[in-house]
Amino acid sequence: MKELVRSLLVLIAMSLLTGALYPLVVTGLAKAGFPRQAQGSLLMTGDTIIGSAIVGQNFSSLRYFRGRPSAIEKSYDAGNSGGSNFGPSNAKFLEEVGGRVETVRKDNGLERTASVPADLVLASASGLDPHISVEAATIQVKRVAKARGVPEPDVQVLVERFIEMPLFGFLGEKRINVLRLNLALDNIASQVNQSLTKGDEKR
Amino acid sequence: MASNILYFIVFLGILVALAVPLGSYMASVFTGKRTFLSFIIRPLESGFYWICRVDESEEMSWKQYSLAFLLFNAVGFMVLFLLQIVQGRLPLNPMGFGAVRWDTALNTAISFVTNTNWQAYGGETTMSYFTQMAGLTVQNFVSAAVGIAVALPLIRAFTSKLRNTIGNFWVDMTRSVLYVLLPLSIILAVLLVSQGVVQTFNPYVKAQTLDSHGQTPVNRIAQSAERPNEYSPHGGREGKAGYPLAGGALFAEGATPIRGQAQAPVTEQVIAVGPAASQIAIKQLGSNGGGFFNANSAHPFENPTPLSNFLEMLAILLIPAALPFTFGVMVNNRRQGWAIFAAMMILFLVGLGAAFWAEWQGNPILAQSGLGNGTNMEGKEIRFGIGSSVLWGQVTTAVANGSVNAMHDSMMPLTGLVFMFNMAIGEVIFGGVGVGLIGMIMYAILTIFLAGLMIGRTPEFLGKKLEAREMIMAVIAVIAPAIASLIFSGIAVAIPTGLSSLNNPGPHGLSEILYAFFSYAGNNGSAFAGLNANTVFYNLTGGFVMLVGRFLTILPALAIAGSLAMKKSVPSSSATFPTASPLFTVLLIGVVLIVGALTFFPALILGPFLEHLLLCSGRTF
Repeated sequence: MKELVRSLLVLIAMSLLTGALYPLVVTGLAKAGFPRQAQGSLLMTGDTIIGSAIVGQNFSSLRYFRGRPSAIEKSYDAGNSGGSNFGPSNAKFLEEVGGRVETVRKDNGLERTASVPADLVLASASGLDPHISVEAATIQVKRVAKARGVPEPDVQVLVERFIEMPLFGFLGEKRINVLRLNLALDNIASQVNQSLTKGDEKR
Repeated sequence: MASNILYFIVFLGILVALAVPLGSYMASVFTGKRTFLSFIIRPLESGFYWICRVDESEEMSWKQYSLAFLLFNAVGFMVLFLLQIVQGRLPLNPMGFGAVRWDTALNTAISFVTNTNWQAYGGETTMSYFTQMAGLTVQNFVSAAVGIAVALPLIRAFTSKLRNTIGNFWVDMTRSVLYVLLPLSIILAVLLVSQGVVQTFNPYVKAQTLDSHGQTPVNRIAQSAERPNEYSPHGGREGKAGYPLAGGALFAEGATPIRGQAQAPVTEQVIAVGPAASQIAIKQLGSNGGGFFNANSAHPFENPTPLSNFLEMLAILLIPAALPFTFGVMVNNRRQGWAIFAAMMILFLVGLGAAFWAEWQGNPILAQSGLGNGTNMEGKEIRFGIGSSVLWGQVTTAVANGSVNAMHDSMMPLTGLVFMFNMAIGEVIFGGVGVGLIGMIMYAILTIFLAGLMIGRTPEFLGKKLEAREMIMAVIAVIAPAIASLIFSGIAVAIPTGLSSLNNPGPHGLSEILYAFFSYAGNNGSAFAGLNANTVFYNLTGGFVMLVGRFLTILPALAIAGSLAMKKSVPSSSATFPTASPLFTVLLIGVVLIVGALTFFPALILGPFLEHLLLCSGRTF
């Protein structure tokens, strides 16, 4: 009985310490030190939140660089997260990938036997991967430039500007943040603000 | 390849450089010596004992210690279960989640109390902020602290002579939280926020996305009815989860490429946020592994950058890798600590090498369908790539952590085999905080017994004779979880209820079930997540196996601590088998591998190994 009372007391005390005080202290420190990151690294256009700099978004128009396939029920629904969990010998999965390979080749005007970057046809772990590989961006340059009526080299330069390198040369992989790249694309054409406001009014 | 190997070397180098001093620090903490943090924490500690009516100087027998341990777990279980049932009526629930289903709540309560942190639920769609903080985060701390605490009697037993007490459970646990887990968590949490891990009490964010087509097929159809001119090219297209499909070409080549785009209504992306950083810090440091979000540490808000990834992996291994050194210091034999650490590290490196090789080969079938070398990026994030994803997998399964930064289900079969082996042998390659060391000491007892048979002497470990009672307890601790995991895997494979949860057919399906039960039994918590484990069958059987995995290793260990503490210490002689030697390390590794091989190879051959062979011959399912 004595130990039961102690169990309860210790649990209550621990709950207050680690369940209330600790998260509040961390929240306070986070707010003081890194307010932007703590809120989700949100990107704004005027008053409108257009997404998070570190969470991927769905892009299906030809005018934008596309990200990786997302296995979430609604593609890139950041109210949820997850991967496909297909095993490597799953026939349905392999067939789906085959279809995506064809799509990527067709959309980007590649040859029928051209090799396709793996990340562009294989779903990410989170379903929200904000990045693609440099190769995956490079093969889309021609298509995006054509869809926007912009010279190809301009788009190519933009892609190169957005390459994130591994930290200290070995931490992480070379990669490109799709949302940021696409934002920059829109800013070149400077149409994004206009379209966002109009969209708002219609709602 | 070269940069990956550099990564592994730097990572393990930093790990050892931090683990050795942390090991000494913990030894000071648990023997009640002053440390550099005592001036702040000591008053807090005394106040804590006063509030909780704990007498610091009270010593417990192994039975009293076990009773305190069991009662504390029982109370923790009840509270966590109830919290989930009534969360709908509690505060800090901005998304208005209702009660968690009873079997899910039961499984989750067992899972977090046993330090498994298996998640049958998706965090951002099930649990309120209040449940995550007051329920799950608390158990993240205390279940880890309990794990460390129960290893201490076993360590102390080697140096105490003719005593029938083994320490004070409340003191051991409180010190683990106050001096070790809490300070490290605060530092790690702030570092993680700096990288972009969220820490906020705001409700989920609504964003207006850039591209107007980021909507579900259903919405698309609905809107195309409203504005047929703009949307007809997209109207009836079907596709899983809105993946960009070929038909997009029609749009760009149509009459209104840019204007039409500009006029299109932007769509909404709901972005889940929450007080994640504080929970993630302790989930890694305390070998918990239960994520704030469904995708766990693959989610950009749990693990946003390569640096956060590095820090989190370090945090997973840090305390388990430091505890052998704590052991060495506390038994006055640092070389013994190194001998155990070396056995763990060698097993770790062998597994890492095998897993990295397997994953690096890629998928031969994908290579044929035009993916270059078949690089297996399914279920992996670009910022981590193959190398860091495999290293994380090895770290998280060797330590009973179970958080993931890639989907293990989608990894190559042999990679999965390595991960399963790490869990199946009982989480002793570093293992969970505290309990990993306990597991390895159990294997050490077996090893010394075998060595004793070979040289024909009574086995002794650090001056204590190992006799029938110790042997029986060590064997129970080693094989009880193994038996439970294999029997229940067998049942799951044999009945339709078990099979209906599978996401993948063929031998991979067997792997999904085996992985789940190894994970339950090892109190790991990672999964081949394709398996739908949120069913009454898996919630109940899994809950039972988690209890076996936790209590049938800890209670035998406490019993051994009790009997060793009562023995006198025999001075070592020239005929004593030297346990602080490379020879011992090699024998220990051999025993772990042999026990693992004898117990699990038949199952592993039928699952991942068979899948590997068939995949290489081009067979799919």
